[in-house]
Amino acid sequence: MSVPRYWRESKYRYRLIGKRCMRCGALYYPRRAICTRCGSKELEEHQLSDRGRIVSWTVIRNPPKDYERFAPYVVALVELEDGIRILSQIVDVEPEEVKAGMMVEATFRKIREDGTSGIIEYGYKFRPPVESKQDSS
Amino acid sequence: MRSVSIAGVGLTQVSEHWERSLADLFVEAAVKAIEDADVEEPEAVYVANSGSSYIQGQLNLGAMMADALGKAGVPAFTVEAGAASGAVAFHEGVKAVASGLYDIVLVGGVEKVSDASPEEIARFLSMPEDQEYTAYTGITNFGLNALIYRHYMERFGVRQEDIAMLAVRCHEHAEGCPHAMYPFKLSLERILSSPMEADPLHILECSGTGDGAAAVIIQPSKGVSGEVEVAAHSLSTDLIHITGRPDIVTFEAVKRASEKAFRMAGISRRDVDVVEIHDETTITGIISLEDMGFAEKGKGATLFTGQEPAVSGKPSVNTFGGLKARGNPVGATGLYQIVEIAMQLEGEAGRCQVDKPEFGLAQSLGGLGSICAITILRRH
Repeated sequence: MSVPRYWRESKYRYRLIGKRCMRCGALYYPRRAICTRCGSKELEEHQLSDRGRIVSWTVIRNPPKDYERFAPYVVALVELEDGIRILSQIVDVEPEEVKAGMMVEATFRKIREDGTSGIIEYGYKFRPPVESKQDSS
Repeated sequence: MRSVSIAGVGLTQVSEHWERSLADLFVEAAVKAIEDADVEEPEAVYVANSGSSYIQGQLNLGAMMADALGKAGVPAFTVEAGAASGAVAFHEGVKAVASGLYDIVLVGGVEKVSDASPEEIARFLSMPEDQEYTAYTGITNFGLNALIYRHYMERFGVRQEDIAMLAVRCHEHAEGCPHAMYPFKLSLERILSSPMEADPLHILECSGTGDGAAAVIIQPSKGVSGEVEVAAHSLSTDLIHITGRPDIVTFEAVKRASEKAFRMAGISRRDVDVVEIHDETTITGIISLEDMGFAEKGKGATLFTGQEPAVSGKPSVNTFGGLKARGNPVGATGLYQIVEIAMQLEGEAGRCQVDKPEFGLAQSLGGLGSICAITILRRH
């Protein structure tokens, strides 16, 4: 992994920054230059909601290269509170306890390591909300 | 534009070809196609491949394969579109003949995955997805299939036992197919008791990735009886991220490409006798059939369970086993499908032959539905 390739995405990954179309209001993550809904090229940075609910999920049992150490791990399609969807690992929960509709929040985690001398990549993963873990809901 | 026909076909068995290189496989399939067509030299060579840049570190396959064939000097092109590479290369080759640019074209696909480790293959198979925001999460291609699989079952109340029947049928068809990777039957119980690949998707619901090459020779139609003509060839794309798609269990690219292809061929779904679908996994095959209009949304599995109803008649599906049992030599897979349809229409399908088909359709996907190629062939 080249340093610039990692570095240029870090803001968007660390802080969940997407884009919002200034003409029609459509939200995008990851960022894009042209709105697919109205065709506008006027888009501004938009801070995504860091909470959402799981739409669907899977457990990766045969991971790709560089992800072996995390397996088995959950990856889910999460719909954030502002309506935008994001793909993310779900952590701090056993795979058997994951359910559709489950509330999750963004957290900052290690994604992968580039060998023993390369950079260590960080970014978002989602987890059950920490403060509401005792709630019955 | 001129009408285009398939003059010859060739393929290798899909397998782990430990002793054979990319060029060895390509040449075997291409020479078979050239001999089958009994034509003069091809004027141009189109090479479909998906993984050689990552697995072998090999670029420039167009020139390399033209040379390997002893045809250095001809124009050559390399086409990459994930597992749709073969069908997209075919589309390009047909355009070149239809336009009058060339008269005899070789389109060949080749893939050699057995040079890679299982982890490298898992990574390769996720490379048609966006690397920065999809593969980055650690999800695999089969993981993406699993996400839509779970959602599909919940939304339509369909049982996994019904969806997995696609895999059972594919293995029944592959029995006796000399070029299939897995030419044997598998029971539903065996499939659904196999380990999880990516929950709820079982390993034996996934296509088997293998090495292989397939090739066709195309030329202007001569208008003779028995000729296999290209009745339609169409492409469509969709959003690269499934997160942006309004409905994750609909492949818009499949809907658009198939509608365009049926219009171009001037036929309806009922006219199609034999279909090769892109069953990268059981669920992808089921959704593909629905989005091509062979079954209502949520009812695709009924094509394989013996229940009613399929809305548009009942074509024979994956008559050589499909990606599941014939195997999935990724960048060559689209050409396997086209060669197989041509073999059916010519009555050369051996034990896999269906009764006198006139129209056959091949459907290929790259990524999880981000590109779809549809080819319709007709026997005159």
